[in-house]
Amino acid sequence: MSGAPVSSTSSRPAGRGVSWGLLRPQTLLVLFLLAVLLAPLVLSDFTVTLLNYVGLSALVALGLVLLTGIGGLTSFGQAAFVGLGAYTTAVLTAGTDLPPALAMLAGSPWLALLIGLLLTSVVAIVLGSVTLRLSGHYLPLGTMAWGISLYFLFGTTEMLGGHSGLSGIPPLELFGFPLTESRHYYYVVWLVVLVAVLTSRNLLDSREGRAIRALKGGRVMAEAMGIDTGRARMIIFVIAALHACTAGWLYAHLQRFVNPTPFGLHIGIEYLFMAVVGGAGHVWGALLGAGVITLLKQWLQDILPRLFGSAGNYEVIVFGLLMVLMLQRARDGLWPLLARLVPVRQEVKRIDPQAAPLPRKDQPPHGEVILQAREVTRRFGGLVANNAMSLEVRAGEILALIGPNGAGKSTMFNQLSGVDTPTSGEILFRGRAIAGLGARRIAALGMSRTFQHVKVLPRMSVLENVALGAHRRGQRGVLSAAWRLERAEEARLLRDAAAQVERVGLGEVMHDEAGSLALGQQRLLEIARALCSDPCLLLLDEPAAGLRLKEKQALAALLTRLRAEGMAVLLVEHDMDFVMGLVDRVVVMEFGQKIAEGLPEDIQSNPAVLEAYLGGVDA
Amino acid sequence: MDPSIMLFLAQDGITNGAIYTILALALVMVFAVTRIIFIPQGEFLAWGALSMATVEAGHVPGTLWVLLLAGGLVFVLDLWSQRQRRDHRALLRSAGWNVAYPLVLAGLLSLLPLAALPQAVQALLVMLVVVPLGPMLYRLAFQPLAEASVLVLLIVAVSIHFLLVGVGLLIFGPEGSRTQPFSEAQLELGSLLVGGHTLVVMAASLLLIGGLYLFFGRSLYGKALRATAVNRNGARLMGISPALAGRLTFLLAALIGVMAGLMFAPLSTVYYDSGFLVGLKGFVAAIIGGLGSYPLAAGGALLVGLLESFSSFWASAFKDVLVFTLILPVLMARSILSHGVEDDE
Repeated sequence: MSGAPVSSTSSRPAGRGVSWGLLRPQTLLVLFLLAVLLAPLVLSDFTVTLLNYVGLSALVALGLVLLTGIGGLTSFGQAAFVGLGAYTTAVLTAGTDLPPALAMLAGSPWLALLIGLLLTSVVAIVLGSVTLRLSGHYLPLGTMAWGISLYFLFGTTEMLGGHSGLSGIPPLELFGFPLTESRHYYYVVWLVVLVAVLTSRNLLDSREGRAIRALKGGRVMAEAMGIDTGRARMIIFVIAALHACTAGWLYAHLQRFVNPTPFGLHIGIEYLFMAVVGGAGHVWGALLGAGVITLLKQWLQDILPRLFGSAGNYEVIVFGLLMVLMLQRARDGLWPLLARLVPVRQEVKRIDPQAAPLPRKDQPPHGEVILQAREVTRRFGGLVANNAMSLEVRAGEILALIGPNGAGKSTMFNQLSGVDTPTSGEILFRGRAIAGLGARRIAALGMSRTFQHVKVLPRMSVLENVALGAHRRGQRGVLSAAWRLERAEEARLLRDAAAQVERVGLGEVMHDEAGSLALGQQRLLEIARALCSDPCLLLLDEPAAGLRLKEKQALAALLTRLRAEGMAVLLVEHDMDFVMGLVDRVVVMEFGQKIAEGLPEDIQSNPAVLEAYLGGVDA
Repeated sequence: MDPSIMLFLAQDGITNGAIYTILALALVMVFAVTRIIFIPQGEFLAWGALSMATVEAGHVPGTLWVLLLAGGLVFVLDLWSQRQRRDHRALLRSAGWNVAYPLVLAGLLSLLPLAALPQAVQALLVMLVVVPLGPMLYRLAFQPLAEASVLVLLIVAVSIHFLLVGVGLLIFGPEGSRTQPFSEAQLELGSLLVGGHTLVVMAASLLLIGGLYLFFGRSLYGKALRATAVNRNGARLMGISPALAGRLTFLLAALIGVMAGLMFAPLSTVYYDSGFLVGLKGFVAAIIGGLGSYPLAAGGALLVGLLESFSSFWASAFKDVLVFTLILPVLMARSILSHGVEDDE
């Protein structure tokens, strides 16, 4: 538990969560790359063409993995973005009678790609700003609506050739060599797909990536860690749209002809099916899903009409059935099932002990009043949850907020940390009014918190969970993360996170999934995460609940050490032994009001407090 | 635009709006009780319409085979789920509804001279065939997933939509059909000619809305559904089975869908895949009401109907673009009004 040196382990001896497989992930990757490289040399023309389409779909599905599987935002409208990319290049490279402004930009497919990506970003940002703030099911319904709108727009706009479409799109040229053969085009498609897979994987394994992974099921926590979840949502929405747009551009130069049909809502739904069937939570799931659905569709379109005796899209029957069964039986998709069959060694994050420590904020001097609540009142309709509550916390002090269940402690806590806004009254943090500022901005000022009902991301490692706390201490963005240009900063963030993990005594389980920890350990993880944000005030909501005696003693020792370093701590707690032996002052609440405040020993003999807890002493 | 054209367009818009209204009400209801966004609603509309067209032509509708198959599957599933502990009465009931009922109906349909029957009897037969598919669908696709998140349920709903469109193509073929209007009468109101079918649609919609109002306000089952909508676990503790609530809701939704189809088919040609677009328009209306408010959804449906009929006059090519773009300002307004961060499931 003492300030152990930063661990430099890169792999651990046998323990929980590590499988000792024979294969290294790199070996598998090389094998896969070889297969991709050699495939066109041995496969038939028809199969290579099919693989081109698999690649295009995989690109769109990959965007959906980021958006839906990892970010938790469902879109049925991706096909419309594919259409934007395809039509942009079709108009610019094959359109006739272009208005002069467009004619200037026309001619080059590469310029058209750039313009398409630009246009798609603008459209995605507009659509995203309208729909992304809505929670849950509005987004998918919204995507259906604009997916259908854009599709009809493609079909009715004269410049886009109406329902008959645009033809005569030139092939792509590389160094003057036209890529008309599907075998040659294959390499362009799959190069783009592999780059997209690689950059997506890089992104997810970075500071911005952790923020994205926190979107699904952890937004309240993420905001409290200073993450702008609205921005993170917008980022993945735009990335997914750009993937789709690129696929559309490739499609247009592969087909050399576009019409509205492949950009309709039903194709958009099929892309989502691909992501779900493959495994929406996994980057490789996009490739698997695109392959399975594309090949299955081809095969079904071949045999079903013969079976039923007439032509038609009967494959939708099988797709529908397949999806319902998948969602009933294997909701995580095929990739996890497949991955279980292949023994792959789990690689553990490397922590660089030489990385420069992160800069720290200046701590306020001992005894300075850091947090001040003045006459804070919170009403919920007729119920007064907090009535004229006032309290102060000073640097280098531990203050306990106690009271019976329903006294209004959690309401108070939420207002202090910006989750809730007082009806009236003032909250000052380091002299600044923070009521109504929002959790994210308050976190940026140097306040960090834990949650009564722990909020950890169960599938992420302990280390990565803790590193979420350091989000605001890094600056590098999405692009540098995708191309691994932020590794120096990442090493510094991880080093700090690892130090905090060791500090709270979780070094042993640093690389385990957070979901596999006991409740008490998860509480410690939350404290480490809060510490990782370099706060000057810690708000701890029942930190000792679920801890064993030894763990409680260790936690008390940690908090004592933090106090000595000048940290201010406000804790809500029910465990009186823990509170009374540790804290400097106590504030007692009942029925939303402060009934006592003072030193622990005075509180223990205060008649009003005894009355509140025990229901009267002089009976 | 002269007043008579305007009145004509308004009448057209209100007629369609009435159909969107009942669809929107069904969508709001299904979402409230089961948290399912019922995308396949449109397929019930198309199946109702096309079954009616088949019956009018004197043939047994293909939906009967679907009923026999779906009923059989439900019975097998019930049998399988009770392999540990048999509840004989429940099994008998399941056999009655899912096996015997479709068989009896099949016998009836093959004996009756379908083409010669009065229109009301034909419509009743269509309802008897198609409506039970609603609860069966719930049993097969959604009941095993009742605790899943809204998004999973939505993806299942979309999958079912795919499945039903494909089956629709299989049993009805790619040709569209239009059915006989329920009334050929023409009513003259000043300069306006009101079609008899329009009046039937209005009356049926109002009756349906009134009926739902009474059902949810007065009957025990209606109150049970409302309780489930407010709090699933609480309702379960009070002895209301969520499975029963789900099947009942789907029965009502299917009934509404089929009725909408019967009213819609004389107005415009229906194809096996027409239901989706009509259903989505009901959705736009339901979303205007925030998927929660019945009166707002009804208002939204009228707005959609009017927007559609007037834009088909001014800019017919962009009719659907306009209707579906209407959702964006609505969502924008909701986005501005909503604040704070909440965790999705």
